[in-house]
Amino acid sequence: MASTAVTPTRMVLNQLKGRLKTARRGHKLLKDKRDELMRQFMDVVKLNKQLRIRVEDGLTAAFASLQVASSIMSPEMLEQALLYPRQSVELGMTFKNIMSVNVPQYSFHTKNNDPSEIYPYGFAQTSGELDDALDKLARVFEDMLELAQVEKTMQLLAEEIEKTRRRVNALEYVMIPELEGNIKYISMKLEENENSTKVRLLKVKEMVLQDAHHYK
Amino acid sequence: MGFKALGLETCPAANAAEAAQALRTLTRDSGDYAIIYIEETLAAQLGAEIDKFKDSPTPAIILIPGREGSIGLGQSALKAAVERAVGTNILGD
Repeated sequence: MASTAVTPTRMVLNQLKGRLKTARRGHKLLKDKRDELMRQFMDVVKLNKQLRIRVEDGLTAAFASLQVASSIMSPEMLEQALLYPRQSVELGMTFKNIMSVNVPQYSFHTKNNDPSEIYPYGFAQTSGELDDALDKLARVFEDMLELAQVEKTMQLLAEEIEKTRRRVNALEYVMIPELEGNIKYISMKLEENENSTKVRLLKVKEMVLQDAHHYK
Repeated sequence: MGFKALGLETCPAANAAEAAQALRTLTRDSGDYAIIYIEETLAAQLGAEIDKFKDSPTPAIILIPGREGSIGLGQSALKAAVERAVGTNILGD
């Protein structure tokens, strides 16, 4: 485990100890970040699931109504009726910061606020089914906008969680064990040096004493 | 077709090649369009093009069911995101 590339000196030992401390603190912070991101993510996922079902049901119903309308009216008439929109939508976008992830927030203004004003055609030559279809579409549209926001948030959060998770794991299973191994290697090496120095001193002392007093 | 009446811009595309072309045109000057809705049946053939925008804040490409009804691709995007974040599908379906 301990790589032999480290030089067993006190200076390196101190450096490694500092790095271990930083790594431990970073690991704890990133772990907290991951947990919080995950909590937010689960909320978003739940919301997304509900919205997705609502939008899909709404759109299916709207398309069905449109189908009915197109079977009653001639295709040319239908196209003419929808050719020029009366309504226009302006989409504004700001960013919200969730745990340092920038997620979009949409806001939209419609030019006509009166819901009965969305029909871009006269009522005389079109069927009531078309009105019905457009009404359904207009209703589902708000959910669609929210869905877009929530889905994008979800994707961005998923990416950030993936990144954070990788970092946490890299710290936990690679960086920290490696640092610990190196520290252990150095402190053992230093102890060994100390022991050999002590033994050498004892030996020297013995030799000196023998020289001075001619001990046997 | 109906979306035009709501004031949205529409780009009709008959097949995947046309849709890919339209998508490229829409995303060329990034920032012009914040949200792009695309029908599931077309999106099924444009997986790579759509995945490119997954990690950028704009545009949001959202799948909607087409005239034939939902084929479940939108929900699978949700599942994929969960799998990516958690590592496994924890939604239980």
